[in-house]
Amino acid sequence: MDDVTSLAFLTSVLAAAIPAATAILYACLGELLCERAGILNLGVEGMMLMGALGGFAVTVWTDRAWLGALAALGIGAAFGALHAVLTVPIGANQVVSGLALTLFGAGLSAFLGRDLVGRAAPDSFGRLHVPLLGDLPELGPILFRQNALVYLSYALVPALWFFVYRTRPGLHLRALGENPGTADALGLPVAALRVAYVVAGGALAGLGGAVISLATNPGWTENVTAGRGYIAVALVIFAGWNPLRAAFGAYLFGAVEAGQFRLQGAGVPISSFFLNMLPYLFTVAALVLASRPAARRRIGAPAALGQAYVREERA
Amino acid sequence: MTRDAAPPAVEMRGITKRFGEVVANAGVDFAARSGEVHALVGENGAGKSTLMSVLTGLYRPDTGTVAIDGRPVRFRSPRDAIDAGIGMVHQHFTLVDSLTVAENVLLGRQGQGFRLDTSTVERELDALGERHGLRVDPRARIWQLSVGEQQRVEILRVLHRGARILILDEPTAVLTPREAAGLAAALRGLADEGLCVVFISHKLDEVLALADQVTVLRRGRSVGTVDAAATDRRSLARLMVGRELLPEDRRLTPTAGTPARETVLEVVGLRAEGDRGRPALDGVDLRVGAGESLGIAGVAGNGQRELAEVVTGLRRATAGRVVIGGQDLTNRSPRAVAAAGVAHIPEDRLATGLVGGLDLAANAILRGYRVRPLTRGPLLAGRAIARFTDRLLDANDVQAPGRSTPAGRLSGGNQQKLLLGRELDGRPRLVVAVHPARGVDVGATETIHRLLREQRAAGAATLLISEDLDELLALSDRIAVLFEGRVVGEVESATADHEQLGLLMAGVTGQPGTERAGFDGVPIGLAADG
Amino acid sequence: MASAIPSPRLERRAAPSAVASAVVPFVAVALALVAGGIVLWAAGEPPVAVYRAMLDGAVGSRDGVAETLVKTIPLLLAGLGVAVAFRMRLWNIGAEGQLYLGAVAASGTALYVLPDAPAAVLIPAMILAGMAGGAVWAAVPALLRARLQVNEIITSLMLNYVAILFAEYLVHGPWRDPVGFGFPGTPRFPDAAELPQWGTTRVHLGLAFGLAAAGILWLVLGRTRWGYEIAVAGTNARAARYAGLPTARNILLVMALSGALAGLAGMSEVAGIGHQLQRSFSPGYGYTAIIVAWVGRLHPGGVALVAFLLAGLLVGGDALQMELGLPAAVAPMLQGAILFFLLGGEALARYRVTWRRPTPIPGGPAPVVEPG
Repeated sequence: MDDVTSLAFLTSVLAAAIPAATAILYACLGELLCERAGILNLGVEGMMLMGALGGFAVTVWTDRAWLGALAALGIGAAFGALHAVLTVPIGANQVVSGLALTLFGAGLSAFLGRDLVGRAAPDSFGRLHVPLLGDLPELGPILFRQNALVYLSYALVPALWFFVYRTRPGLHLRALGENPGTADALGLPVAALRVAYVVAGGALAGLGGAVISLATNPGWTENVTAGRGYIAVALVIFAGWNPLRAAFGAYLFGAVEAGQFRLQGAGVPISSFFLNMLPYLFTVAALVLASRPAARRRIGAPAALGQAYVREERA
Repeated sequence: MTRDAAPPAVEMRGITKRFGEVVANAGVDFAARSGEVHALVGENGAGKSTLMSVLTGLYRPDTGTVAIDGRPVRFRSPRDAIDAGIGMVHQHFTLVDSLTVAENVLLGRQGQGFRLDTSTVERELDALGERHGLRVDPRARIWQLSVGEQQRVEILRVLHRGARILILDEPTAVLTPREAAGLAAALRGLADEGLCVVFISHKLDEVLALADQVTVLRRGRSVGTVDAAATDRRSLARLMVGRELLPEDRRLTPTAGTPARETVLEVVGLRAEGDRGRPALDGVDLRVGAGESLGIAGVAGNGQRELAEVVTGLRRATAGRVVIGGQDLTNRSPRAVAAAGVAHIPEDRLATGLVGGLDLAANAILRGYRVRPLTRGPLLAGRAIARFTDRLLDANDVQAPGRSTPAGRLSGGNQQKLLLGRELDGRPRLVVAVHPARGVDVGATETIHRLLREQRAAGAATLLISEDLDELLALSDRIAVLFEGRVVGEVESATADHEQLGLLMAGVTGQPGTERAGFDGVPIGLAADG
Repeated sequence: MASAIPSPRLERRAAPSAVASAVVPFVAVALALVAGGIVLWAAGEPPVAVYRAMLDGAVGSRDGVAETLVKTIPLLLAGLGVAVAFRMRLWNIGAEGQLYLGAVAASGTALYVLPDAPAAVLIPAMILAGMAGGAVWAAVPALLRARLQVNEIITSLMLNYVAILFAEYLVHGPWRDPVGFGFPGTPRFPDAAELPQWGTTRVHLGLAFGLAAAGILWLVLGRTRWGYEIAVAGTNARAARYAGLPTARNILLVMALSGALAGLAGMSEVAGIGHQLQRSFSPGYGYTAIIVAWVGRLHPGGVALVAFLLAGLLVGGDALQMELGLPAAVAPMLQGAILFFLLGGEALARYRVTWRRPTPIPGGPAPVVEPG
């Protein structure tokens, strides 16, 4: 365990990285949909917190974690809808609305969850050992001895990739964020689609929160997401709005998070703080590269991201 | 063929469309048949685009009927027009840059399938492109394509969804001559296959080379449809402009007895690119002297905007020189140009020349805020600014509730008077004015024209860019005509006639009777071999 | 969209109705209090008693007022910084990181650069260092924006985390107090580095910095050539280019000023309150500052007023925790709600709601950037 170069050490880091990354991954996939549609939502943190709390509260009431996960989806969607209503039909500033959502979600969850702090979870998503696959050397413990929400994310990532790049609604989604004017001219209901994707993004952020409160650290404490929502926002750009790369980025981040404790435990003299900075610095670097006009077009960055869409009317 | 027996593919009768006070179409009739290439020509504002927008379902006419293949139709949206087999290729493409050609084509299709079947569409596009001479790689992303290729994608998209009536809005405006020739061949081929092809144009050579029938619109009315084979550019030009010009006694006459004026603006071999990276100015030479006004005529999009922007430092020249008052100001900053005594009345006053959200005082000092007496050290001199603003409002007849009103709340005419007053304050050496009286009422127009004449009388050189021939004749000593980024001719206002100007604006040169030698412009329309 | 059914439409007005603009903030606060009251009531807490306890805590006593003023200082300084950037439509949401970096630079000055200097030297030096730290940190997104057109929203946000982690590294590592225990932090500053406090309260000289900054900024924005350039560039970027204003330079200068003010907020927190650099010494002041700036209409006077109000909300939230055992989070909840209602209300001031069928769009639709 103390030999950081051993395979066993790497396996243990990666096995811990995946559940740590899954909460961020769901939120990141949600924000990806939202941004692809052209709406920036900095309220991910708030939506995750509300999802985490709602998921846990419903689990406490019903004794069923899967009902909690469903509730988290619904609550996340409801908070996403709040952002959607303000930014799409009304055209409010997306940055400020998103920050309001984070503040509001953080405050409301802390307030409503005041009696749930320290409560034991009656049910949670425990580890499920997948027969056969779970027994594979190295890969088994890393990938196939995880909780159900992790397995769901394994399915969701390729599904979303397929949706974005290989389906008709996915094509519409890509047009929506890059050129809403064209999408409108082609008869797509721009506003309705944008609202729908912001709501869907909220649902996934809520589920991301529930991963924390129902699987990785079952229970509720104030501000349990600890900034993971903002990391998710950063990862979307890091990933170039591609679900597969989003998964890669999330796992990389999870590995840094899981690895730092173990590295310190092993007495490696790299400060975890600098390791922790890496994802943010990577994101800034990725953004710089992605901002070159040529790259912008190649990646398919939503050119209209953050801009309200208003039809031009003839006076 | 029983060409005349069948009902026309498109028949529009008595189309009237108003936008508020403006009547864009006043009882227009238009008909085009399958198998023919039909040109729709007219000056800017003649109502061509409005008419085609009615046909493509973007506008609903106030009165009038549309029939497709003899059956009356009522389009409630562009979708309905598409379903009726009408396809429009806009001047500004509606493609999504990061998507592939095939994906863009799919984007416009209302299919039922959930999965994208790109490979089928790619095959179909390959075949379609092959058949019509419109080859494009269906797997390429739009941003990788040239403008001409992007236009082919637009056409292929329309053909792919089975359009039988193809409408193109100034299709050659964005093309190189070689690309234009290729397009012409493709359009002829489509007509030969039985499609009805309608294209909007103002280039007479191109119209005559390509079209079977030509419909001319003038001031919102159809003046007539003629057989292209039975007409010539001279009569087309007459139909297009077709009105009496400003009577000669109201034109500007050159100030007598001042032969050798000091040169204020000299433009030599000027080249520049437009917003899309296509050449917009293609070697322009101009000279304007002190106390002289040079008008620039031309149909919109022939380099006028770019010329004004390059001269005032807002756009980079790729070649050539701009010399103002003996000082080489090529590619200097707008601030340096302004400092050399250049006033600029830009094309779009509220988007460029004024700050609509700020008050009149803030707008009045936009040019002079850096210099005394409006400024003292780093501070703005409030009282001096108030006095200056009041004087400006007063001297230029700006009707406003007070200097703290936001500029955006003024009427167009008052905004323009404010802008002019500010720019003309402090005796500019050169005035660059672009459509100075566009969209303002009669009274404001008179004030604006008076202000510009006063500058000329005071010895300023004026470069006046306008699409309004009457305005040009009333304010300029000479008129140079821009066509495709070149000066194709220059005439004295006093003796100019509408036919001559109309021909020049339509890119027809080399006619006898024009005053000056040295208009070297070769028409870059469609060569007959296109 | 092209249905035959009449639908509610928001029609854009040329300018927001003046009456509505003035009334909206007050209505937003009132509605947020009502909405918060409903949440409290639904959660089984008596809204009136809760609000009274908050009010009492914030301004009901001398200590309460003092504590509210203490929390006003960082919100005011950072809020002014955010406001000046937003005025030029530079979406600097990195005030939190700039605040941290300002605190780091000031702490380094006090502990390692001039540890033996007298107050008359040390405090100005810390002010300069703090402002420089924040300015440098804000210059990074500014340069990327001015030179490479990189969106400053994300870069400034990302740099917050880098700055916070850097500060944490220092207090856990090289700057850690060897004899300190418990909460990680640097050694205590020399006495000369402490900002004077007012009487027996914790209100410190930072309040004077804040008020002076608000006054200076009000002058600069309203009375100087530079302020005029910011106003023009923030209202119509094309007109700024047309008039030859130095936009790239102003992006840098405005962001640097914005960061410097946030850095000063960080400096005054460590020099006025903590007297050492501590881990997470800021409970998100840099984020709350964005709300302060927005609700304060980006106007220095408005920012000062709103900073005081939101500081009162924070202190009131703390009081709730002590008096009623409720989470202090009621405060951010109300802040978020106020923002929501303000955003919605501003939009209604800018739009008219009409019922009619949509008409087709001439000339092709185009995206319009939402002007702040």
